[in-house]
Amino acid sequence: MKKLLVALLALAFVFPAAAFGADTIKIGFNIPLTGDIPKVGEMSKDAAELLKEKINGAGGLAVGGKKYMLDFVYVDNEAKPESAVNAALKLIEGEKVLAMVGPQGSGRAVPAGEVANNNKTVMVSAWSTNPKTTENRPFVFRACFLDDFQGPTAAKFATGELKAKTAAVLFAVDQDYSKGISEFFKKAFEKTAGPGSVVAYETFTTKDVDFSAQLTKIIKAKPDVLFVPQYYNEVPLIVKQARELGYKGPILGSDSWGSAELMNLCGDDCKGLFFVTHFAAAGAKGATKEFIDAFNAKFKQIPDDVGALTWDATGMILAAIQKMGAISGDLAKDREGVRAAMSTMTGYDGITGKMSFDGKTGDPIKCAVIVKIDDKGEFTFHESVCP
Amino acid sequence: MPTALGALLLVMGGLVQSGILGQYYLTVIMTMGIFIILSASLNLVNGYMGEFSCGHAGFMAVGAYASSVAGIFLFVPDKVFGQPWLPMSMTPLAFPLILAVGFVAAALAGVIVAIPSFKTRGDYLAVITLAAGYIIKSAIENIDAVGGPRGFMGMNKVIGGMNEVLDIPWMFFWIFLGVVFTIWILRRFVYSTYGKGIMAIHQDEVAAEIMSVNTNRMKLIAFMLSSGLAGLAGGLYAYLFSFVNPGSFTILRSTECLVMVYLGGMGSLSGSILSAMLYCLLLEFLKPVLDYLQLSQTIKWVIIPLGLILLMQFRPEGIMGNRELSDIFPKLKRYYRFK
Amino acid sequence: MLETVIQQALNALQLGSYYSLIALGYCLVYGVLLLINFAHGDIFMVGAYIAFFAATFIMGQHAFIPANVSPLAQIACTGFFAIILTASAAYIIGRVTREGFRQTRAFKLLIGGLFVLFSLLVYFLGKGFVLPKGADRWVVMGATVPLTMLLTAAVGIFIERVAYRPLRQKGANRLYVVITALMMGIILEYGNLSALGASRIPFPPLIKTAIFEIAGVTVTNLKLISIGVAFAVFGLLQWIVTRTKLGMAMRAVSYDKFAVPLMGIPLDIIIVFTFFLGSSMAGLAGMLYAMNFPVLDPFMGALVGWKAFVAAVVGGIGDIRGAFVGGFLLAILEIVVAAVFSSELRDLISFTILLGILTMKPTGLFGTAKTTKI
Repeated sequence: MKKLLVALLALAFVFPAAAFGADTIKIGFNIPLTGDIPKVGEMSKDAAELLKEKINGAGGLAVGGKKYMLDFVYVDNEAKPESAVNAALKLIEGEKVLAMVGPQGSGRAVPAGEVANNNKTVMVSAWSTNPKTTENRPFVFRACFLDDFQGPTAAKFATGELKAKTAAVLFAVDQDYSKGISEFFKKAFEKTAGPGSVVAYETFTTKDVDFSAQLTKIIKAKPDVLFVPQYYNEVPLIVKQARELGYKGPILGSDSWGSAELMNLCGDDCKGLFFVTHFAAAGAKGATKEFIDAFNAKFKQIPDDVGALTWDATGMILAAIQKMGAISGDLAKDREGVRAAMSTMTGYDGITGKMSFDGKTGDPIKCAVIVKIDDKGEFTFHESVCP
Repeated sequence: MPTALGALLLVMGGLVQSGILGQYYLTVIMTMGIFIILSASLNLVNGYMGEFSCGHAGFMAVGAYASSVAGIFLFVPDKVFGQPWLPMSMTPLAFPLILAVGFVAAALAGVIVAIPSFKTRGDYLAVITLAAGYIIKSAIENIDAVGGPRGFMGMNKVIGGMNEVLDIPWMFFWIFLGVVFTIWILRRFVYSTYGKGIMAIHQDEVAAEIMSVNTNRMKLIAFMLSSGLAGLAGGLYAYLFSFVNPGSFTILRSTECLVMVYLGGMGSLSGSILSAMLYCLLLEFLKPVLDYLQLSQTIKWVIIPLGLILLMQFRPEGIMGNRELSDIFPKLKRYYRFK
Repeated sequence: MLETVIQQALNALQLGSYYSLIALGYCLVYGVLLLINFAHGDIFMVGAYIAFFAATFIMGQHAFIPANVSPLAQIACTGFFAIILTASAAYIIGRVTREGFRQTRAFKLLIGGLFVLFSLLVYFLGKGFVLPKGADRWVVMGATVPLTMLLTAAVGIFIERVAYRPLRQKGANRLYVVITALMMGIILEYGNLSALGASRIPFPPLIKTAIFEIAGVTVTNLKLISIGVAFAVFGLLQWIVTRTKLGMAMRAVSYDKFAVPLMGIPLDIIIVFTFFLGSSMAGLAGMLYAMNFPVLDPFMGALVGWKAFVAAVVGGIGDIRGAFVGGFLLAILEIVVAAVFSSELRDLISFTILLGILTMKPTGLFGTAKTTKI
C-alpha cells in the first residue's frame, strides 16, 4: 500500500514536466476562465483557438522558410492578481512559452506584467487599459488604447452629445482599472465643465451587491450623467438599482461593458445606454467581418471586444515571430528577439484597427468607438474617436 | 540532529544550484516549507490549547506586509517610502531582521485575538478570530500606501540584491532556516512548563486556574507565539512570490491551515509537518490528474474539504493523533537528544 | 436631509431583512444542537439557485399540469398536488371524526381512495386549465416560494443526515462537527462552481417592479415585500417556538439535550424539524435576494452568510429575537458607514464595532450567560 502511494507520488512529478517540441511554437494564455468575469476568459480562449485552427490548418506558421505548428497553453488566473502572478510564473518557467497573451483585466495585468518583465518574456495584454501595465516595462505590450485616452473620450462624449454639465461617478475602489479611468474621467470632465462639476464621486468594494447607500447620495446630488466603469457582472445591478431609486438620466460606460454577457444579465434596463469600447460587431467590414462570421459559425455567438483584441494580440505576436526570421531554440535569445520585433512593429493591420509601436513604449496608437445599446439589445456603432 | 539537517540543506542546495531541481519544483518545495510553518504554528493554538482560531491568514498577512514594507524601506527606492537606507550588499545580513519585523508585527496583532480569548472560549472565540481576520484584511485594503487591494510589489529587488552578493538560492535557504527555527522553538515551548500549562488549559481551564496556572498569561504567550510564527511564514511568502495582496489571505487560506492541522493531528508537531507536506503534494498531484480527466480545477476544492469531512467521520484524531513520530518509531530517539 | 435619512433607513431595512432571515436559521440550529452551522450561508446560495431553476421551470407553463414536459415530470406534478389535497383531507377527517378513527383500517382505505381520486381529478382537470395572462407572474411566484422553501429544506436536512448526525451519534467532540460544517460550506460553493460553471446566471424578473415616490423617498414594491416578508416570517417563527408543541420541544432541547429523550420526545425528529425551519427560511431569503439582486454567483452566500452569522452572535445566539435584531443592526451599521464614510471602510468598521460588542458583552446583546458547573 505504501509503495503504491510512493509510486503514485513519484508519478505526479513526471506529469508537470513540459516538453519543448522541436517544431512547435508555444504561446501561453493567462486568462480568467473562472472567477468574477469568466466570459472574458472564454472569449479569449475561443478567439485564440480559432486563430490556431486557421494557422495550423494551413500547415503551421512560416518562420524563415520553416513551418512551425502552434501550441497554445491556457492557464486560469481566476480574475485574481495573485493567481495571475502564479499563472505567469507557471507559463514562463514551467511551460517555457515563447510569449504570453494576457492577463486581460488591468488588475491582473499590472502585477503579471512585472513578472513577465523580470523574466524577460514578452507579454501582450489584449484588453488592459491602465497605463501602469506597460510603464517602464520594455517586455510588456498591449493591443488596445489606454485609459488616459479613454477617460477624456468619455468625458468629451458626456459634455458634447449628452450635454451634461454635472456628472457622478460610481466605481470600485479596489480595482486598478476602474480607479484609474475614473480619475482620468474626472480630470477631463472638470477641465471642460468647470471645477466641482463632478458632483458625486462614490466608491464601493468588489463583491458588494448593494449600492443603495451610494446611489442615494448620488441621486441627491442631481447629476446629468452617471459614469460607471465596471465589469459586466456589476453593471446590471448598479443600473437596476439606480433606476429603482429614481434616477432617470443617462448612464455612461467604459470598455469593460463590452462583454457579450452584459445584455444577458442586464435585460431591458440597459437599452439606450452608451459606452466607449474597442470595436462594434454590427456594421463591420472586411477582415473584421470575416472574423465575426467565422467565430459565429464555430461558437454560435458574436465575439465581443475581448475576443477581437485577443485575435489581434496573438496575431501581432505571431507576426513578430515571423519578422524575427528564425527561431534559434535558445529560449532567452528567442524571447529577446520577439521583443525587439514587437517594439519596432509599424502598421499592423488588426481587425480592431491599425496598430503601431514606436519603440519607446508598448502602447499602440489606436482609435476608440462609442457604442449605443439599441432597443434590440445589440451593440451598434455610434461614432469613432481618434487621438 | 544538526549535522543531519546541515547535510540535507547542502544536498538540496546543490541540487538547486546545479539546475537538476527545476525552478517550478523548487517553488513547490518552498511553498511546502511555508505551509509547514503555518500548520505547526496553528497547531499550537488549535491543537495543544484546544481553542478554535480561524483567523490565521490575518496574522500571515500582517507579517507579509510588515516584512515587505521593511525590506522596501531599507533597500529599495520607492515612491512612498523614499530612498533606501542601506546598500544592497547588506541584504543577506539584514534579511533575518526583516523577517523578525514581520514576526513582531504579527505577534502584536495576535494580542487583538488573545485579549478577548481570556473571557470567551469555543464558538465565540471562533467568531472573534474570524472577525479579526476580516478586520485585518479590510484594514490592509484601506491603506493606500501599501497599494491597498491592488497589492504590493518590489520584493524581488531585495532578493536580487542578495543574489548580487552570492549567487545561491537564497529564498530556499531562508525558508529552510525558518522551518528549522519554527520546529525548534515550538518543540522547546511545548516541552517546557508553558507547554504543560497550555495542555492543562485544554483539558480543563478552571481546574488549571485553581492549580496555579496563570491562564491569562499562558493564553497571551501562546497566541503571540502562534501569530508571530504565522507572520514569519507570511514574510517568507511575500519574498517568495514578490507580490502580496489582501486577496491571498482570505478565509480560504485559514481553511487550508485548519485542514493541515486537523489532518496531522491536534497536538502533534510531527503530524503537522507530515500533513503540510502531504497537503502540498496532494495539491500538486491533483493538477495533472484533473487535467487528464478533463475536469475543471475547481473540483480540487470539493475533494479537499470532502476528504477532511471523511477524516472527521472516520479518523478524527488525524494521522498522528497527539503522538509524535518518536512515539511510533522509538528507534528514532537514538538520533536526537533534546535537553 | 430627512428624506435621505428615511431613504437610507429603508435601504438598511431591506438589507437587514436578508441578514435577519439567515441569522434566524443560524440561531435555531445553534439553540438546538449547540452547533454553528457554517454551511448555512451556502444553503442560502443554494436556495437562490433552486429558486432560479424552479422559476424558470414553472414560467411559461400555463396549466397546473404542464403539457409539454416529460411524462415523469407530469406524474411528479400530479403527485405533488394530489398529496397536498389528500393530506388536507386527512387532517380534516381526523379532526371531524371520533378519536381513534385514524388508526382503523377503514380510514387508511379511505385515504388511499381519496388520493387516487384526487390524482385523476388533478390530472384531467389540470391539463386543460389555463391561467389568465396577467395572473401569470403572481402564480409563478406563488408556486416558486413554497417549492424553493421545501427543496432548500430538503438540502439542509440531507446535509444534517449525512454530515452531522453520524458525528452526533458517535458522541464526537463538538469541534469536529464545526469543522465538518465549515467544509460542507466550501463543498457547496465549489460544487456549484464545478457543476454550473463560472458564468453568472440572471434571475428572471418575476414581479413587475413598481416604483413609488412618497415625499421624495423612492421605494419599490419589491423592497417593501422583502421587509414585510422578513417581519412576517419572524412573527410566524416566534409563534411556532412559543405556542406550539414542537416549539416547546425545541426549547426543551436547547435547555437540556439529554433529558429530552427521557421525556418521550424523539430528539432526532426535533432536530430534523429545526433544520427544516432554518433551511426553508434561508431558501426564502435566497429567493428574495435573487429577486432584488438578480445576478447569481456561487460565492454570494459566503460573505452574506458570515455577516449574518456575526449579526446573530452579536444579537445573542440562542434567542431568536436577538438574531432578528442583530441582522437589522448590522445592516444599519453598514449603510451608515457607507453613507457617511466611504464604502471600503464598511466591512472594517462594522466588524470592529461587532468585535467591541462581543468583547464587552460576550454572550451578545440578548443572550444570557450560561453557567457551567465544575
